Amino acid sequence: MNTPGKPDTPLLDVSDLAVQFRVPGRGGIFYRDSTDVKAVNGVSFSMARGETLGLVGESGCGKSTTGRAVLQLLRPTGGRVVFDDEPIHEFWKKKGQKWVWDHRLLDLRRRMQMIFQDPFASLNPRMTVETILSEPLRNFDVVQGAEQREKIQHLLMTVGMDPRCMRRYPHEFSGGQRQRIGIARALALGPDFIVADEPISALDVSIQAQIMNLLSELRENLGLTLLFIAHDLAAIRHVSDRIAVMYLGQIVELADAQTIVDRPQHPYTQALLSAVPIPDPTQEQSRRRTVLSGEMPSPIHPPSGCPFHTRCPLSEERCRSDVPRMRTIETGHQVACHLVE
Amino acid sequence: MTTHSENVLEVCDLRTHFRTDDGIVKAVDGVSFSVKRGETLGIVGESGSGKSVTCLSAMQLVPRPPAFHPSGEIHFGDTNLLSLPEYEIEKLRGKRLAMIFQDPLTSLNPYLTIARQLTEVLEVHQGDTPTVARRTSIEMLERVGIPDAAERIDQHPHQFSGGMRQRVMIAMALLCGPEVLFADEPTTALDVTIQAQILELIKDLQTAIGTAVVLVTHDLGVVAGTTDRVAVMYAGKIVEEGTTAEVFANPQHPYTRGLLESMPRIDTPIQKSLYAIPGLPPDLGNLPTGCSFHPRCELATDQCRKTYPDRKTLSSTHRAACWEVEATE
Repeated sequence: MNTPGKPDTPLLDVSDLAVQFRVPGRGGIFYRDSTDVKAVNGVSFSMARGETLGLVGESGCGKSTTGRAVLQLLRPTGGRVVFDDEPIHEFWKKKGQKWVWDHRLLDLRRRMQMIFQDPFASLNPRMTVETILSEPLRNFDVVQGAEQREKIQHLLMTVGMDPRCMRRYPHEFSGGQRQRIGIARALALGPDFIVADEPISALDVSIQAQIMNLLSELRENLGLTLLFIAHDLAAIRHVSDRIAVMYLGQIVELADAQTIVDRPQHPYTQALLSAVPIPDPTQEQSRRRTVLSGEMPSPIHPPSGCPFHTRCPLSEERCRSDVPRMRTIETGHQVACHLVE
Repeated sequence: MTTHSENVLEVCDLRTHFRTDDGIVKAVDGVSFSVKRGETLGIVGESGSGKSVTCLSAMQLVPRPPAFHPSGEIHFGDTNLLSLPEYEIEKLRGKRLAMIFQDPLTSLNPYLTIARQLTEVLEVHQGDTPTVARRTSIEMLERVGIPDAAERIDQHPHQFSGGMRQRVMIAMALLCGPEVLFADEPTTALDVTIQAQILELIKDLQTAIGTAVVLVTHDLGVVAGTTDRVAVMYAGKIVEEGTTAEVFANPQHPYTRGLLESMPRIDTPIQKSLYAIPGLPPDLGNLPTGCSFHPRCELATDQCRKTYPDRKTLSSTHRAACWEVEATE
């Protein structure tokens, strides 16, 4: 693996990351008025080499946007993203009206890759598996000819597929197999950092376990650092070393995976945990469940103070006015809530 | 046909096959189950196991052709739903039999206000006047927890969030107090905190109205928390059924056991790797001989490859179709 940096510094350090989108205002797209939506609003975390960080939250909480902004697939509108001691959020240049990557960021694509949610939409239906997997190799001029074919065969075997299937098209494969092809493509350039955005949520239950095991295996064998984004807390706990819980564009709690499950401190984490169904009827009957009222507010009109106060069963006066800061309550356990001691 | 007085719905040897260019696809292939008044039956399975087609067949919502029923009877009260003409079924559908679908955005009409879509049900089935129908609809929306129901009833579906749309669907399904409600993956498109709200709502309304619920889902966790009995489907057949307590405490079919073991759980210590059922679900147009699960089963013998196993009785309520299971009675 190409890991030139010092092993004791974090591989990725994200501080105060923000992403804003401009959306049309009430008048619709034909009117000039527009509002800024803060999809990600002050997210900070760092990742050690070889670590898996799980990013969990409900739809619209900004977890995918965070993943994309970390990879610079979206230009962050604020904050810093430092990858292996390099401030990669600065690796952009302005071309006319548009922001584009400069050459340093292009080079970094070898080291940072992504696995997508929908294995049906993320593979080009007109390309054979061989073409799909050779594209990154050609773009970065890694290997050619017979060597390239060998490399592709090797990649397919790494993800548990028969190398003879390289002449076939995506539609000939099931969802789980397609996801394996997507993983092989992400691995083609030998990256050390991968963002997996909901890699199992489109798959059948019996296939989800296969893909989760594959990711854990690859991570161990190849020394990958993995940012695992999902809405399923049970799955994320299974693959992650640490878990960050997001709500309305912010991280509300961050701790190691077991602590999040055993001693959740933020009321939202507690509610999220109690909503995860347990496949055991006796436990389900005896469980005390916190059913949250209402829904996540729209990020276009975020509430004042704590983003969670509108649904929080414990909210007080100061929650409505003051934004809680991330505080460390014990080693490696951070919470953003006024009420946690 | 009134021997099964307690059962509101009884499905016997239902087969729903589809004629396609690639031959006959056996989506549902010999399914039998019954539902008692006020009970919740869970049907679990992966995509393609035939769980949705089973419900759609009972509601007569499978287009025929391409579908046809080589065998099967669905007893609802004194009638066999499969032999009823369309105009008779229409009188039952939405009144005594109702269904909620997975995706509330595609199952509500985007052009019509919520009011129009709800009052229509009452006007058609109960002959209510528009004023009465509107009042009943508003009451129902309040019951399913929609705030400001009197104003929101005049809005269109796109003005509601996913969870709220599912509440509207539930309101619509329950307007006439149906005897059987089919809920096809009602919470799959929703976030977990909203899922908890919706499941709670279905449970509360079920107790109040006394409706029998057939809950179709792929999530064993949802089944554990909400159902009285459960049927596990694989490749168009029920491979195991029993009370929810029995099936979870003592799963017998290797597929049920595999499904339970392969689920990551938050209440158990993290294992190094999860158990994963090997292989892929079968192609329904080209099923393996014998037991459909044998290519993925670790216990498979020659017998499994040749003949489909009988259902073995494990208790008065618990049955599993597997050669390796020992019958107890």
